[in-house]
Amino acid sequence: MSCTQTIIDYGLRSVGIGERLLPREGYDLCQQFTLIGSGLIWNLYFAVLALAMGFVLATVVALGKTSSSPWLRRPADAFIFLFRGSPLFIQFFIAYEALVLLPRAGVEVFGLTVQTSWLTKAWAGALIVLTLNTTAYTAQIFHGALMSVPRGDVEAADAYGMTGWTRFRRVIWPTMLRLAWPSYTNEAIFLFHATTLVYFSGFPAFQQRGDALYYASYFADRTFNPFVAYPIAAAYFVVATLLLIWLFGCVNRRLNRHLPGRGGRVRYRPLLVR
Amino acid sequence: MKLLTIAAAALALTAGLSQAQTIRMGTEGAYPPYNFIDDATGEVTGFEIELGNELCARAELDCTWVRNDWDSIIPNLVSSNYDTIMAGMNINEERKQVIQFTQPYTPAMPSAYAALSADADVEGGVVAAQTSTIQAGHVAETGATLLEFPNPDQTVAAVRNGEADAVFADKDFLAPIVEESNGELVWVEGFDTVPLGEGIGMGLRQSDTELRDKFDTAITAMKEDGSLNALILKWFGEDALVFE
Amino acid sequence: MFSYCTDPSSLEGLVWLSCYLTSGTHLLFYASFGTVLILLAITAPVALLFGYGGAMAARSSIAPLRWFGKLYTSMVRGVPDIIFFLFVPIALDQGFEWLRHQALCDSSQPVWQGNDFVVCDAAKLPLNTSAAWVHDAYGIFLAVIAFSVVFGAFAANVLFGAMQAVPRAQLETAEAYGMTRRQVTRRVLVPQMWTYALPGLSNLWMILIKATPLLFLLGVEDVVYWARELGGAKTSAFSYPHPDWRLYYFLALLVFYLLMTWASERVLGRVTQRLSRGQATMGGDAQRKGAVA
Repeated sequence: MSCTQTIIDYGLRSVGIGERLLPREGYDLCQQFTLIGSGLIWNLYFAVLALAMGFVLATVVALGKTSSSPWLRRPADAFIFLFRGSPLFIQFFIAYEALVLLPRAGVEVFGLTVQTSWLTKAWAGALIVLTLNTTAYTAQIFHGALMSVPRGDVEAADAYGMTGWTRFRRVIWPTMLRLAWPSYTNEAIFLFHATTLVYFSGFPAFQQRGDALYYASYFADRTFNPFVAYPIAAAYFVVATLLLIWLFGCVNRRLNRHLPGRGGRVRYRPLLVR
Repeated sequence: MKLLTIAAAALALTAGLSQAQTIRMGTEGAYPPYNFIDDATGEVTGFEIELGNELCARAELDCTWVRNDWDSIIPNLVSSNYDTIMAGMNINEERKQVIQFTQPYTPAMPSAYAALSADADVEGGVVAAQTSTIQAGHVAETGATLLEFPNPDQTVAAVRNGEADAVFADKDFLAPIVEESNGELVWVEGFDTVPLGEGIGMGLRQSDTELRDKFDTAITAMKEDGSLNALILKWFGEDALVFE
Repeated sequence: MFSYCTDPSSLEGLVWLSCYLTSGTHLLFYASFGTVLILLAITAPVALLFGYGGAMAARSSIAPLRWFGKLYTSMVRGVPDIIFFLFVPIALDQGFEWLRHQALCDSSQPVWQGNDFVVCDAAKLPLNTSAAWVHDAYGIFLAVIAFSVVFGAFAANVLFGAMQAVPRAQLETAEAYGMTRRQVTRRVLVPQMWTYALPGLSNLWMILIKATPLLFLLGVEDVVYWARELGGAKTSAFSYPHPDWRLYYFLALLVFYLLMTWASERVLGRVTQRLSRGQATMGGDAQRKGAVA
């Protein structure tokens, strides 16, 4: 079988398009590169959606944490502690075990039947866990950044007669984002790497559709040789991570474009965030 | 550099110990009644443990049991972390390419589908099976959607909570679960006995022919004097399949 | 455990529960929490050592050593840690056995025979005759190395950053006193860097705690293994049959980890305060002001 044929058969296998059965023999480099690359689609899917939703939610939670009202601050604190204080691995397990307990027929809400069965699927259940997880971490970063917004900026906004939402949208939020961005980049890298946990924890691989690591371990198990499949997966992740860093670097330059001589290269120190 | 130092230390640490013929027997410890962990002692027990100990006694070998997760049980055998596998492993062609088996120590045990209703759609629905079992391979070849789990009890849990329409596994594993479910789980009509595989055998490295022969001899002896059949009846009940 | 537990099927309610929770397998479950703590206790210093080595290598004036240090410190940024955990222990195990095979056995025998990785009996690690605990300890040893390699790279990153953050003037002062490069490193750079490294190292400790459930992937029978094993539905083949209770077992693990995090946060908060004393940083300034007022 030629490599082109393999790519046609397995290039989109992880989303259910192409050959139904996984390769049973050969296990050549072409098969490994194709399937593991195909699995990367899921890693990207989880990372992109979780980050996008987590970004919005984190802003809300971070504002809640800065609030003077304990009714907003306490829940925000508790939420952040719960998700930052426990391993993602355990969160996945618990989420899966809890989600399968929901009634299968659906839940009655105001006379409407809400389907629940899709929640136990990895594409939804794991996405929810990842989103909440990154929300907690990002909220902590955003909170730190909100606390360090220079007082002068806020006073300047007051002087212009800005209040409430306008002041937040035009002054505080952009400054917060600018300050938080280097840490947020690290969080994004961490989250992207954490997507490999999805199929290693509670969530089952539906029809053998899994992520890059799922297929890598499939090949490592079949060939009894971890020295090929895992490095391939690792290589894919290195490339994807470099892309992610580049993308976040572009945003960083845009956020800092009004500051002369600043916001050049961001220094990534993974440890200062998670 | 540090790695080398540690390696050297490890070398020095264990170099001088004596060596006798000790066989490490790999098993899963999560597949009752074949092999499972005894609540009281935390040690493995079950049909295969009793059989394995008897075989070792007859072959005059010193045996210890090792638990290993199912999904890495063959890789760890070929990389010599233990020497045999007795874990309800069916003999089939795919596995024979990688490891070798003794003669089967059970007759070809049928597999079966169990579900919440007897008319579950096992050929077009969602079927749960344990990863890299012959049952998983079988489901992947039928029209059904395969849902794979690393642990056998997860496959049953998936049916209970509706994640899967049916579970496909060794009938002897499912039988006590179905019986004790108070009618919650039932056999799927027409699919309660699916012949699959050539029986369960002990897996060994392909290079370990000498050891294979020893165990083969012991199994033959147990078949001939009827003690193997007695063990099967003890663990799988009076109507279990036995050797002729 | 208790004398009345001999026949569990006749028990009910709390008595049953007391027997259930003290069964042999549960005792092993409780012991596995010790495994996690041991792993943490060993890994943290070893990883710090790896990290120190990596950071020093990255600052070295010898080019190949510097490249190695840089490669090591940037490795974990690009690759998910799980991939290392799946890969490193197997590679190490086979590496050690291969070394011993070369040293102790007839090395003309090939190690790879088809699919099989076979070394002679004397080269097995641990030996087949070793007690079960030796095998367990060896498994944990491999896990410690795998964790240390990954977290050492993280630590190297932090320590490298901290060394760069030590004010240049302090080092120049030391040089002006006539100290050699080694003396500057030992007497000024290393003592001074800790306060800058601490936030990063605290974070690293938190990440390490939260990475311990991954032990399960390395084949160590840790808390996750037992929670899954004990929580799964049990038929009457077992002494204590029960339905699927995994959710409760995992909630117990969740509480364990939250407690660990909470305790760590408190301890690390104290250490940070202690280390900021007398430093030319914001934290140090705040303490001075507090002392004056």
